[in-house]
This record gives sequence, structure tokens and C-alpha cells, in this order.
Amino acid sequence: MTRTLETAGTWLLGILWILPLAYALWAAFHPSEYSTHFTLSAPLTMENFGVAWNAAPFARYFVNTILLVTLILAAQLVLCTLAAYAFARYEFPGRDIAFALVLVQLMVMPDVLIVENYRTMSQLGILDSIPAIGLPYMASAFGVFLLRQTFKSIPKELDDAARVEGASALQVLWKVYVPLAVPTYIAYGLVSVSYHWNNFLWPIIVTNTVNARPLTVGLQVFSSTDQGIDWSIICAATLMTSAPLLVAFLLFQRQFVNLSCARE
Amino acid sequence: MNRTTAQVHGWLLLLPTAVLLAAFTHYPAVATLWHSFFSTPKPARPAAFTGLENYRVLYEDPVFWQSLTNNFWFALGTIPASIGLALLMAIWVNGRLKGEIRGRAFLRLAFFTPTVLPMVAVANIWLFFYTPQYGLLEQITALFGLPNHNWLGSQSTALACLMVVTVWKEAGFFMIFYLAALQGVSPNLYEAARIEGASAWTMFRRITFPLLMPTTLFVLVNAVINSFRLVDHIVVMTRGGPDNATSLLLYYIYEVGFKFWDSSYAASLTMVLLLILAAAAVIQFGFLERRIHYR
Repeated sequence: MTRTLETAGTWLLGILWILPLAYALWAAFHPSEYSTHFTLSAPLTMENFGVAWNAAPFARYFVNTILLVTLILAAQLVLCTLAAYAFARYEFPGRDIAFALVLVQLMVMPDVLIVENYRTMSQLGILDSIPAIGLPYMASAFGVFLLRQTFKSIPKELDDAARVEGASALQVLWKVYVPLAVPTYIAYGLVSVSYHWNNFLWPIIVTNTVNARPLTVGLQVFSSTDQGIDWSIICAATLMTSAPLLVAFLLFQRQFVNLSCARE
Repeated sequence: MNRTTAQVHGWLLLLPTAVLLAAFTHYPAVATLWHSFFSTPKPARPAAFTGLENYRVLYEDPVFWQSLTNNFWFALGTIPASIGLALLMAIWVNGRLKGEIRGRAFLRLAFFTPTVLPMVAVANIWLFFYTPQYGLLEQITALFGLPNHNWLGSQSTALACLMVVTVWKEAGFFMIFYLAALQGVSPNLYEAARIEGASAWTMFRRITFPLLMPTTLFVLVNAVINSFRLVDHIVVMTRGGPDNATSLLLYYIYEVGFKFWDSSYAASLTMVLLLILAAAAVIQFGFLERRIHYR
């Protein structure tokens, strides 16, 4: 009895949770007159995607977002690796204070420092550019923390052995630590890419032309001004902007779960 | 390698991260405090030191107080609900402890997908759900013969509607952390409890819940931060309206800073947000951490 109830409850919640996505799929693949009434005889169409694609410079937005997430991820991987190595394997004065100062960013994220960071970007003269969106996120406390944990779990003997053979610090890092931390890199990469693919508030503040706008901002500009209320086209645009992430998630489900293990 | 070289190397490795963090986290935090004591520079009039004037304005600003109150209700409404649901989802789709629920993989997918979708995108879909007259919610309530209701346009329901979106978006993310933690709980504990004749509820209360406590703390901290950080759906769905009923603190900062271009006042509002986040950090590390059982 309890079992049946539990199964029913789980399924109810599951259906409720998938409903918005299911609706978006429905509306996007049917002509707009069917977007608010649901009948099995509704004809399928791909037209909404074409209309949405042509109604706004989505190709440019895609390029911008891909450039943005690549730039941020590349910088994060390099910077976090170096810093995590320092924290995991080096003794230097002020290390613990420095680590605490790094962790501050876990609480005070760039997302809340929009006013002052905007001022900085404008003083640097780089408003409305992709680096301006990325700069505040390139040093990542989360990444440093995660990689430090991973590096600490690697036996010190491997490090020593490599050094006896005459490897330099950076060679040891590259040949010993980085290969052993690949699962952490993949998990962190997935989180970083999805975070910055989805990020919205800071990009909408620092960008104001098509040249730098990422997809999320483009989608908002598109659905709030150009479109009125044609739900089918908005849903098509919505799916278009999220599709790459959805696919990536389906491919890498396991790594997402692994990340939460890596934390402990 | 001698000691001094090692120390220099350590600092050199840290340097790039330190520079960027200093420039875009530590400096702006301090600059926020500094600028909050000045007036906003205008073309004709440069910034002037005004002391606590911005804070006096803030104290008398009803929109600030409303945003703050809204934010507390928002936190109170979303945090327990999303954590509770996350735990329930994790236990349901974990399936290691008792018989499998059919379609476990599908359910896990259903719970988790909202997390990977951009908030801006899903907010657009939810906007349709809440649309007056022909939105999905209206169509359902009409089936039951209920009167029309403008869900996002009425002050009494708008904030609750946004809370639902937030819980929907976050529960699946927190579920992943609980799932990972559940993998680490030894099945022997449940065996032993079953022999003692413990009920499912007792097992949850005495075994699962205490062992998941570190995860709960981690998730809680994330949920608190997010409730003060995530305002994307407000920009898309309500723009803080109707009549500031859905304005949250960060959204108000965004409005003051980038719609009214009053950067000094926005700085003093940011100070309030920073204080709240600092308080959250102190509570986490100073108080909760000590009372929780770690393996």
C-alpha cells in the first residue's frame, strides 16, 4: 500500500517537473494556433525554428556564447590548476590567509558585485565586450577548492619520484597531477560551462550590442521586444538556446553525479 | 629545492588567481563600502563625500524595505521546500535501499533537467503557464470552474509564483548531492535496524537524516546564497512588479544601479547584501558546523 502510494507520488512529481519542457516541445513543434490547445491531430512543423532563427541574430549570439564559455573555461583551468597546486603542495608564508581570502569568493560571488565591477570595466574601457563578461569569473574559488582536494589525495611519493628524476615543478604538475585529476576537470568543466552558458544578469549589464551579447541576453531581448506573444516561436527560440546544454547533459550525466562525490 | 625557492614558487603559482580575485572580488567589495559614503557623480557635479547620507536615504526608502522583506519571504519559502523535495527525490530515485521504482532513470532525468536549462529560457515557458485567460494554469483552474486570476499581475500571488519557479529549478540540483551522499550510506545499518523492527520513518530519522547532515549543510549554504543571488526570472517575468511585490534585494540593486544610474545608492544597497552574505558565512562556520556529525 505505502509502496503504491510512493510510486504514484514519485511519478506525479516527475511529470510535474518535466511539464514545462514537455510544453515547450509541444509548442515549438506545432503551428502557433495549437500552442494553447492540445489535440492529438495537431500537425507537426519545424517552421517555428526557422522563424525564430531569422527573427534575431541567433547565429551571432551562439558564436558569442561559445567564445565566452571557452574563454572562461580555458582561463579557469589554467589559473585554478596553478593555484590549487600551490595550496596543495607548497609551504609559503601567508598560505592559510591566502586560502581563506580565496574562499571569500564562494560567498561573495561576482554576481552580487555588479555595481563596482561595472565601474571597473568602464574604466578599463572594455564595456560591451566578451572579455568584460568573463573577467570577474576567471579566478574561481570553487575550482581552486575542488582541485586542491584532488591534488591532496595524490600520493606525495609520485611527486618526489618525479623530482628525483629531475623534473621541474611545472613538469611535475603537468605530468603527474593533471593526468590524475582528469575526472575532476571534466566535472568542473561541465559545471562551469553550464553556469556561464546560462548566466544572465552580469552579461545583460555589461553588453548593449549584438557584438557581445550571449544567447541568454539575446533570447531575453528577442522575447521581450521583437516577438509580442507568439508562444510557439518563443518556445522554439528557448529550445534552440538550451539544446546544446541538454545534449551535453545527456551525454555526461555520470560526471555530473561524480562532481558531488568529489566534494567530500 | 631549498625553502626560499619553494616559497617563491608557491607565490608565483598563486599570483594570477590572486591578482584577478583581488581585482574583481576583494577590491569591489571594499570599493562598494567606500563609494557608499559619496554622492553619485553627475556630469556637472563630481562625487562628494556625504558620510552616512546614502544610508539615511536607505533607511527611509520603502522600496528597499519591501525588497528586503520580499527577499526574506522568498528565502523562507524556497529554501526548505527545495531542500525537502531534493531529499525526497533522492530517496525515491536512489533505489539501492529497497525495490526499484519503475522508470527510475526517467524520473532522475525529469528532476534534473530544470537545472541545466537557462533560467531566462525556462522563465519564458513559465510566463506562459501563468498568463491570464489562456495560460495553462488558467485553463486548468477553468476546468474546475474557478474564476479568472492574473497570477503574476496580482500582488498577493506574484511572489509565490516566482517561488514555485525557483523551487522547481533548484530541487533537482540539490537532489544530485543527496544522491551522491546516499551512495555512501552502508546498507548494513538498515539491515541492523530492520532486525530491531524499526519502521521506515524511524530508519529515516535515526539513520538517513543524521548521516546526510553534512550534505544538508552544504546544500543549505548554497540555497541561502542562491536566494539572494538569483534574480534572472524576475527580470523576465515581473520586473519587480506589480508595485514592487516581487522586487528582491539584488533586483533592486540592479534597478537602482542600471536603470536609475544611481551608483552610490546602489553601493549602499550592495553593502546590505554583503552583510547578509557575511552573516550567513559566520553562521555556517561558527555555529552550524560544530553541531553536525561528521563521519
